[in-house]
Order: sequence, then C-alpha cells, then structure tokens
Amino acid sequence: MNIYIQFAYLIASVLFIIGIKKMNKTSEARAGNQLSAVGMFIAILATVVQVEALSLIDIFVCIVIGSAIGLYVAYKVEMTQMPEMVALFNGFGGLASVAVSLSDYWLKSQEKSVDIDIITGVSIVLSIFIGGITFTGSMIAWGKLSGKVNGNAIIFGGQHPLNLLLFVASIVASALAVMYQAEPIYVLILTALSLLLGVLTVIPIGGADMPVVISLLNSYSGMAACTTGFVLNNNVLIVAGALVGASGIILTNIMCKAMNRSLVSVLLGGFGTTTSSVAAESGSEIVVKEVGVEEAAMLFDSASSVIVVPGYGMAVAQAQHVIRELCELCEKRNIDFRFAIHPVAGRMPGHMNVLLAEANVPYDKLVEMDDINDDFSNTDVVFIVGANDVVNPAARTNPQSPIFGMPILNADKARTVIVSKRSMGKGYAGVENELFGYPNCLMLFGDAKQTITKLVGEMKEM
Amino acid sequence: MNLEALILLLYVLVLGSYLGFELIAKVPPTLHTPLMSGSNAISGITIVGAILAANEFGYTHISKWLGMVAIILATINVVGGYAVTDRMLKMFKKK
Repeated sequence: MNIYIQFAYLIASVLFIIGIKKMNKTSEARAGNQLSAVGMFIAILATVVQVEALSLIDIFVCIVIGSAIGLYVAYKVEMTQMPEMVALFNGFGGLASVAVSLSDYWLKSQEKSVDIDIITGVSIVLSIFIGGITFTGSMIAWGKLSGKVNGNAIIFGGQHPLNLLLFVASIVASALAVMYQAEPIYVLILTALSLLLGVLTVIPIGGADMPVVISLLNSYSGMAACTTGFVLNNNVLIVAGALVGASGIILTNIMCKAMNRSLVSVLLGGFGTTTSSVAAESGSEIVVKEVGVEEAAMLFDSASSVIVVPGYGMAVAQAQHVIRELCELCEKRNIDFRFAIHPVAGRMPGHMNVLLAEANVPYDKLVEMDDINDDFSNTDVVFIVGANDVVNPAARTNPQSPIFGMPILNADKARTVIVSKRSMGKGYAGVENELFGYPNCLMLFGDAKQTITKLVGEMKEM
Repeated sequence: MNLEALILLLYVLVLGSYLGFELIAKVPPTLHTPLMSGSNAISGITIVGAILAANEFGYTHISKWLGMVAIILATINVVGGYAVTDRMLKMFKKK
C-alpha cells in the first residue's frame, strides 16, 4: 500500500482522536465534530485516490446516494426521535461491515480462488457475526423505539437455550467457513444465523431498557468496524472502531448504573413484565392532593428557588418551549431556576439535554443528578414535568419495589413538589409512585403544554 | 496476514481502546446524545473498506455489488451522523 495513503490514514486517526477530545468541553464540541469530519474526508479522499480510476463513477454515484439519504435524515429528524435515528444508524454501520467482509470473502474464495489465511478468515467471520447481530438488533430497537414493533418484552419458553444453540451453531458455521472456503454455503449460513440472533437477543428487552440497548449496539457497530479493519489490515478502521466501541461501552455502563441494573439482567430481558403483580400486592391506594393553575402560579411567585425535573413526558407534550418561558419569568423575579437531569431521563443518554437545548435553555442551567441532589432539601418548589420513576422514593425506601436501589433525584425533600401529569398513570417501569401521596406533593393534572401555558399566563398578570 | 502484522494491529487496537476509554469517560453527560450520533459517523469509516471492495471487479461479480451496498450504507452513517451532530451541537448555548 502506498505510503502517502498510510500517512493520510494516520492524519485521519489523529483528527478523530482530537475531535473526541474536544467533546470534553461543551463549548468546543462543535469544532471537535467538524475536525472529526475533516479526518473522515481525508481518509475517504485518500482511498478514492488509491483505487485509481477503475470504477470511480459508480463509487461516486454510491457516495452521492448515501450522502443524499444521510442529509435528508439528518435535517428532517426531530430531536424527540434521536434515539430511533441512532438505532437506525447503528444498524447501517453493522450491515456495512457485513457487506464489506462478505465481499472480501467472496472475492478471494469464489472469484479469485486464492487462499484466505486463518487470521484474515477469523476476522471475516467475526466481522460478519458482530455486524449481523448489530444490524437486525438495531432494526428491532428502532422498531420498538418508533412504535413500529411492540415495545414490551417478548418472552417465550426456551428462549435462552435457543439463543445458546444458535450461538454454538454460529461458531461451527464460522469454523467450517474458514476451513472449506470453496463452499460458500457456510458463510451464508453464518450470516443468516447472526441476523436471526440479532432479532432474538433484542426482542426480550423491554422499552424501559432501550437506552442501554442502543448504547450497547453503538458499541457493537464500533467493534464490527474494528474487526473489518483486521480483515483489510487497515489501521484507521481499527482506531475509529476502537473509539466507537469504547464510547458505547462507557455509555452502556453509565445507563446500567443509573437504573441499578446489571448488563446481564438487561440482556436476559423481561423487565417490566413481572413488576405489575408486585405493585398490585402493595394494595393501598395513593391519595393525592390537586392544585389549580392559579395556586401553582402563586407558589412559583413566592418561591426563591425552583428546580424543574423534566422527563420524556415533557418531550411528548412538547412542553419544553413553554417551560423556557417559565424559566425566563422566574429569573426576572430573581428566582433561582435550574433543571435537574437524571442520567436515564428520556430515551437515550443525554436526550433531555438536547431537547432543552433545542428550546433555547442555556446548558449551564442543566445540572446533573450528583451535583444537584443535596440542593433539593433547601429548594422551595420542585416542578416535575413528565418524569416519574426517576423521582420515586420507593427506590430508596421500599426493598420490594422493582426499582429499589436505583439512584433517584431527591425531589421529595423539597418544601413543595408540584407534579405536572396527564393522569394517574404509572411510569415507564410500570411502578406506582408513592411521592404523589406525600403531604408536600401537589398534582397539577392536564396536558403539560396547556397547563404550563396557563401557568405562565397567570404569572404574567401577577 | 502473518502473525507479525496481527500483533501490530493488536497494538493499535489496545492503545486505541485505552485512549477511547480515557477520552470518552470525560465527555459531560450533557453531550452524550451528540457523542452517540458522532460515533455513528465515525463508525462509517467502514466506507474505506467498502470503496476497496467495490473496486476489484466489474458488475458481473458479487463482491462488487456488496461493496457498492456497503458504500451507500457507510456514507449514510458518515454524512448523516456528522450533519445531525453538528445540528445538535449548534443548539447548545451558554447564557
């Protein structure tokens, strides 16, 4: 391989690393992303130059088609739909790795009839296996997140033994594909098995665990790119794949900790199906106190500190813009106004931050759980909008609760808690929230956007 | 590929992963969504392999078609990933 090409790949790798490094600061993140894009452009350009004019036209056409689809999706997607989009892109990454490795296998074993050495062979089957699981797994995650597939955990008898059987069969098919390269049937069986395994491993995982799953699939897509790097003996693929793989693993770990779940229990699935019986046994109905818009406005007006706890319900009601108005009104009155962000608020890591940034809430107003949890006890009003499980005190107090042990925001410790909620429904995890029955808790029933708009109107008149 | 080449690639993998863990652990939770979409874009680096794969033979060969499919998929990741990440990061403003 040409030394200049190698040098271009080295520059690209360095730019990816500096780009990620710049993501450590919110103010520099955009520049970092652009640097990373420049690195990608250099890598692609170098490759196109390297292959020489043989088929530049169809490479170019494919790049144009892909760019058009990519741009269309990137500018059309709503911020509430980011989890679906990331899931979809994870899947594309996985399938691209499958296609490249399969192409390499086919080229050497069928079209050129050259021998594939064992190291390359193992890399190929690994790349196909990981990529295949990533593809169909991501498609199921995408379907669940966008509501096209039933979001509940789908569980049937013998599920785990079946998965194990398919896994063992994949190893056998892989070994045969490496040993008998003239027979293309083995590599095709391996591809089919990996696609099937992707479906089967994600369907038993319930909706509440989706943030973990898309983080994990993100990591898989990086590992697939990495193994493709081993197939092609290419360093830049390995560096880039390792960065993505590490990123996905870190996010997976953060999500698991924030839900007090082990990765194994997430992967085995079934969360959210057995919990309803536990909740039903606890029996006693929670008695709540309602509050009207006027009274709520008075509470805000007389407060000196307010913390908003947003959840996915806020995004569904599209209430983030009117909450920003509330924030501005309070700041005019010199009321300290902040947002408390739980790591699993929303449907993916950091989702709430993006939704609030879109509504022009400055990011220094968004405070992480560990930094704000001690401040709740001397806060006048905590306003919970569309969040539920992340403020459920049962996580601290009730060992019987399925969410026991999960770190929560200590919203219940504030002087007054106002909860904006459509009705008395349960949270995503299907668990009753005893906070709603606390003496300092007031329920503001109705659509979040409508009630908060009225609330803002009341406050303007005061 | 010989063992020597494999060892070199493993070096790259191990050091790259270590660097990744060190750098990404410091990314603030505020940026975790752009981090994920940005890493979607980076994993589109497979496009390099896809271009090589699509270049060996003409349209009568399966490897060519697989390569072309891979180019389209990887380009969607690269272009879509960087564009949507930029769109998001543009929205993050300090007071």
